[in-house]
Amino acid sequence: MNTLLERLQRDFSVSEITVRKPTMTTLKVDRDIAERLIRELRDRETYTHLNFITCIDYIEDGIFTLVYMLHNYELNHTLGIHVDISRDQAEMTSIHTLWAQAWTYQRELREMYGIRFPGSPRLDEDFCLEGWDQIPPMRREFDTKKFSEERFGHREGRDNEVPREHMKVELYPNRGGDEK
Amino acid sequence: MKQSTNSIRTGSASIGHASALDFAQPEPLDMASGKYVKLWQGPQHPGITGNMSLELVLEGDTIIDCKTHVGYLHRGFEKLMERRTFIQNFTVVCRIAVPEPTFNEYLYSHAVEEISGIEIPERAIWLRTLNLELMRLASFLMWIGGMSGAFGQYTVPNWTLAYRDFVLDLFEEMTGARIYHMYIVPGGVRAGLPDGFRKRARDVMDGAEKLLDQVERVMFNNAVFKARSKGLGIISPDMIDPYGIVGPNARACGVSRDLRKDEPYLAYDQLDFDVITGSDSDAYERAYLRLQETRQCISLIRQCLDHTPGDGAFQADMPNVLHWKVPAGETYVKAECTRGEYGYYMVTDGSEFVRRVHVRGPSYTHAIAVMERLAVGNNIADIAGLMVSLHTYPPEIER
Repeated sequence: MNTLLERLQRDFSVSEITVRKPTMTTLKVDRDIAERLIRELRDRETYTHLNFITCIDYIEDGIFTLVYMLHNYELNHTLGIHVDISRDQAEMTSIHTLWAQAWTYQRELREMYGIRFPGSPRLDEDFCLEGWDQIPPMRREFDTKKFSEERFGHREGRDNEVPREHMKVELYPNRGGDEK
Repeated sequence: MKQSTNSIRTGSASIGHASALDFAQPEPLDMASGKYVKLWQGPQHPGITGNMSLELVLEGDTIIDCKTHVGYLHRGFEKLMERRTFIQNFTVVCRIAVPEPTFNEYLYSHAVEEISGIEIPERAIWLRTLNLELMRLASFLMWIGGMSGAFGQYTVPNWTLAYRDFVLDLFEEMTGARIYHMYIVPGGVRAGLPDGFRKRARDVMDGAEKLLDQVERVMFNNAVFKARSKGLGIISPDMIDPYGIVGPNARACGVSRDLRKDEPYLAYDQLDFDVITGSDSDAYERAYLRLQETRQCISLIRQCLDHTPGDGAFQADMPNVLHWKVPAGETYVKAECTRGEYGYYMVTDGSEFVRRVHVRGPSYTHAIAVMERLAVGNNIADIAGLMVSLHTYPPEIER
C-alpha cells in the first residue's frame, strides 16, 4: 500500500493522504488529473469497483469536494479520491466511459448540486425531481423548510412545538404541565 | 417467450450494447416511423418494494430500449440528516429501504461509533447480528413471493408473505415494532431478548425450513417457471465490475464475494457458513441462489440464538446524546444486505450535526445501468420477472 501511495504522490501529486482505518485511505488530487488517476487505479492497480461518487458542499470555502470511492477486491482496500472544484464554476471531467453506473451518479450530481460533467450521457434528464425549477436542493443554501412552507403553505399540526410547553398547554392543562 | 440476446439490430441502427464494456448509449430511434411503440411500465410493481417506472420501446413484443425512471419516493433523507442531530437521525435512516430498515440502522450507528471511537458491548454485537439476519429472512420471504408472482404463480406469495408475518411477530417482541424497528442505535441496541424468545424464534425457524422445502417443490420444479426464467437476463462475469454488480446477482455467476466473509463485521467471523455461488446468473439461477441463502440465513439465526449472551450490557457508555458533538472525521462502512453491498459514507465536522451522509444501495446500479442493459432483446411478458430477479428497492436509489 505504501508503495502505491508513494507512486501516486510522485506521479499524480496527490496530497492529504489519510489512513482512515486499515481498510480505507483517502487522498486529494487536482481536478485536472483526477480522471487520469482514477483510470490508472482501475486499470493498473485493480481498484475495479466503483462504490459511489458523491459530493460535499463546503459553502464556507466556496468549493464542492467530489468523492470517488474505489474498492480493490484483491486487497480488500478502499480508496476515497477527493477532488475540489469551485462552486461558482462547478464542472468536472466525466468518467462515464470507465463504469456503467458512473453516468447515473453524474446525472444525480447535476440535479442535486448543479455540477456539470460535459459529455456525460443523459446529463440533463431529470433524475428524481421532475420539473424542478429551484436551485439544486442539496446545495447548503437551499432551505427545505422555507421551500416547503412557500410551496405547500401552512398545514395544521405541522408546527414545531417545544414538547414541555406543548404538554403543559394541550395535554395536562389542569396539572400545570408536571407529570406526577 | 424469452430471448437471451442482449444486443439486437433493427434496420441500420445498432441498439443495445455490443459488449459488456461498451457503455455507449443507444442511438435515438425514429419513433415517427410507426415501427415502435413506447410503453410505460410502472410505477406500481407488485414484485418490488417501492415505485419506479420503466420507459420501454417495443418493436412487436420485443423490447429494444429501456430507461429507468425513479423519483416517486424521493424524500430527501440525506438532506434531512444534515439538519438533524446525531441521535435524531436514527429515526430517519430506517425509512430509506422499507423491507430492510435494520441495515440502515446498523450502518448509520456503526459509522457514528467508528468516528466517535465507541466500542459496543459483546451482547450488543450478537443482538445486532441476530437482528440483521432476521431482517434478511423477512426480506427474502417477501422477495420469493414477488418473484413467484411475477411469473404468474400466486400460491407461493400467499405462503411466504403470510409466513413473513411470523418473523415480524419476532421483531415486534424483540424491538416493539414490526417494520421500522429503530432497535439498533448508536452505542448498541435498545433492549435484550424477552423471556422465551429463543424458543419461539426456533419454532419459527423450523416452520420456515419446511416452508422453503414446499416453495422449492412448487416454484422451482414448475415447468413454466423454469421455461420462462432460465436464460432470462443473463449476467456474465465480465459485467460484474464494470456495472458494479454485487450480492446474489454477482454470486449467481460464480463470483465469490460476500462482505460477511471478505470483511467480517459484527459476529460473522464466529459464525459457520460458506459463500454460496452459482454458475449462470440468469433469473432462475439468481432465484435459486436466493432460496439457498434463505436456508443459510435460518442456520445463521439459529447460531445467533445459541450464542447471544443472556445478560450483560447492551449499550455502551454514551455522552449526553441531546448535546452530542461527534469529532471531525470521515468513514465508509458497509454490510452485506440481501442485495449485496450496502454502505454509509459519513463526514463529520465536530459539530452536533452530520456534515454529509451518502447512502450507497445496491439498487442504484442494479435497477438502472444493469436493468437498462438486460431488458433489451427480451419479450415484454418477461420484463416483470427480470426486474424482480435483480431484487431492487427504489427508495434506496433516491434517498
